[in-house]
Amino acid sequence: MTDPLPPPPKKNPQVRTVSPTRPPEARSRTALGLSAAAAEGRFALQHCDDCGKVQYPPRDACSGCLSTELRWKDTDTKGTLLAETTIHTSTKLYFRERTPWRTGSVQLDAGPVIICHLHGDCVRNGRVDIINRLDRSGQAVLLALPSQRSPHMEDDPQLRAMTSDPKHRRILITDARNPNTPEIVKALCDAGASMIFVGLSEAWRPSPTVDALSAMDKVDMLPLDVTDTHSVQKLAGAIGGKTDILINNARFLRPGGVLARSDTSFAKEEMEVNYFGLMRLAQSFGPAMASRTADGVNASVAWVNILSVHALSSQPEFGCFSASNAAARSLSQSLRAEFRASGLRVMNLYCGPTEDEWYQPLPPPKVTPQAVARTLVTGLQNGLEETYCGDVAKDVFERFRDNPLILERETTLAGDGA
Amino acid sequence: MGKRQSYDGVVLCAPFTTAYQRYSIETAHWWIARALKGSLDLAGLRPSEIDGFTVSSFTLFPDTAVGLTQHLGLSPRWLDHIPMGGASGVVALRRAARAVQSGDADIVACVAGDTNHIDSFRLMLSSFSRFASDASYPYGYGGPNANFALLTDRYMQEFGATREDFGKICVAQRQNALSNPGAVMKKPLTLEQYLAAKPISDPIALFDCVMPCAGSEAFLVMSEEEAAKRALPYARISGAIERHNAHAEDPIQLRGGWSVDIDELWDMASCAPVDMDLVQTYDDYPVISAMQIEDLGFCPKGEAPSFLRDKDMTIKGDFPHNTSGGQLSAGQAGAAGGFIGLVEAIRQVTGQAGPTQVAGASSALVSGFGMINYDRGVCSAAAVITGGAR
Repeated sequence: MTDPLPPPPKKNPQVRTVSPTRPPEARSRTALGLSAAAAEGRFALQHCDDCGKVQYPPRDACSGCLSTELRWKDTDTKGTLLAETTIHTSTKLYFRERTPWRTGSVQLDAGPVIICHLHGDCVRNGRVDIINRLDRSGQAVLLALPSQRSPHMEDDPQLRAMTSDPKHRRILITDARNPNTPEIVKALCDAGASMIFVGLSEAWRPSPTVDALSAMDKVDMLPLDVTDTHSVQKLAGAIGGKTDILINNARFLRPGGVLARSDTSFAKEEMEVNYFGLMRLAQSFGPAMASRTADGVNASVAWVNILSVHALSSQPEFGCFSASNAAARSLSQSLRAEFRASGLRVMNLYCGPTEDEWYQPLPPPKVTPQAVARTLVTGLQNGLEETYCGDVAKDVFERFRDNPLILERETTLAGDGA
Repeated sequence: MGKRQSYDGVVLCAPFTTAYQRYSIETAHWWIARALKGSLDLAGLRPSEIDGFTVSSFTLFPDTAVGLTQHLGLSPRWLDHIPMGGASGVVALRRAARAVQSGDADIVACVAGDTNHIDSFRLMLSSFSRFASDASYPYGYGGPNANFALLTDRYMQEFGATREDFGKICVAQRQNALSNPGAVMKKPLTLEQYLAAKPISDPIALFDCVMPCAGSEAFLVMSEEEAAKRALPYARISGAIERHNAHAEDPIQLRGGWSVDIDELWDMASCAPVDMDLVQTYDDYPVISAMQIEDLGFCPKGEAPSFLRDKDMTIKGDFPHNTSGGQLSAGQAGAAGGFIGLVEAIRQVTGQAGPTQVAGASSALVSGFGMINYDRGVCSAAAVITGGAR
């Protein structure tokens, strides 16, 4: 049985903050297929196209028939724990600081035997479920969970080390005016977050969303305008050292592609909020968050961007907005690379059209604030890097993964009306 | 499968071990040169008189056997580099013997050596194999300790072995090492100390693990006439086997490749396990020694613990095993760990083992095991050698 994770004690400012260390990052290029699946929370192994044999460790040729046609496919997660060990010494600092650490050998029902991390509630010869997660090096690792849920199982220290769980963490949401903010706050509080800071711009402007937030527990509303460098720096000075998760939901959105507009003023505003806003936040909050990734129970753990799925491929009716989101997505990749050494994770949550005023003319399905909140919290709990909210976002992503040029073609048809 | 040809007419001589050191500021090249010179000096040969050379080492990078020829001033007409870790001694013997038999070389020097700097072991682990980087090191980075802990855990579950059973192997080897002045471990070890040792990766504790160190080993392979002409004590090769990636379908390694070829080994050697005066197993962990004792035919699978329970594994005992202390007590000098048992066995059957000599030893079984590529040792090899003219 997992011991419930107690809230962390108040930080002693005289004690040195532990420097982040990392588990091994080196992988073959082939093995990155497992990491790519972990970024989306999937357990995938290579299956041979010719004989069907499931491979592990990742290979370049089938160990059954020498075929080189190996394909990553979602794979049965069930298996049996054959042997286990508790590691007490390791030459890698990351593990040395975290011993005792359990690992085991699992015979997968799908065929291969894997060495994996063990959840504390797994027992020898017992049935287990394998999950594929990113560890603090940003690479995939496999973890065995007991096949039956156990109480407080998410508090297992080895599991928690792989995820961005909001429990006992202090979280900044950057835009109080975004209609999804109250639902995100509620979901985070339900998931055990200890404190929610919410950034509020132009406090004098009335807003029902802001009124709803004011009435909520654990919420601390603080002035923040992501288009103003000084404002971002000021807030980072106040709470940057206790921001464990940052959720950037600031958004500026107007319809229109290039020719629908006569000048660049809206486009500038979109870039100011959606692109430069992210950059300002990262420059002010990033360094402090990256230095606190080993700071105990409420170590900093994740940076979340809520983006339009059309960051992947333009939606011409919102062409300029799509462009600003593409810029933000590209910046998030740079940020992910820059945070990688610290273990701070960047999660992008991609939405289809949301249920709000600017998407009013679009047909359903639309994404509700509840759905955004649910996807976000689940993504954090699973330690994801990429997650998609709503049917439209999933559909666009499937098409994008299948063939980005076909996707572009089908979203830019002019029609045969004339 | 065709019948293997015998190794008649080929012999092993000039076994040399450079005394091991826990840490060394020297390089692998230095250690290899020391062993090569030691072996040549024993045989009264100059470097120019060898025309075959094979080397095994983990810390030679970026060099290989090729770089060593120029570094050491050798001009062989037969050259090999054997990256098989703990199996490299027996594999070197097999290849060199065939080279001499076929006339590709007259005198082959087989050498293994590694240095050990403060950080060598950690650095070697970080680049050992692709499968290890992809699928084993990310899991606690326990290195071979964690892998063999899983294997030991399974072996104990399957066969009811206890830590005392493994302790008996370690304690006897420590006793043997006390007679070997070149061993790294100098203090006696009791079973109580073994059982109370610091846990490393359960069920493996401190004395189940080898001590990484610097050291080197060498021997020469030549024709029997050549050895006789030079009046060198020599050992004959009665039989030898090797096998790689056997039993890949076993979920956890409880047996090695020896079990595939064992009948051929004893057939070829025209003798049986009971005829052996001593046994040198590859002892990176005691469970692996137990596995070899089973797979090489001394007892049925899973019965090594009970088989060893009434045996005395020391030099003076009824089942002399790893007589120089093995890697567990003499130290693991990298790839030289694949030679330690073989070089000691050549000394034993030629009556040159000095303080560790088993009285009247004339036949020995030597076994090698190497390379934890992912979850198990991939290479296995074994040879039976017998004393020739003294």
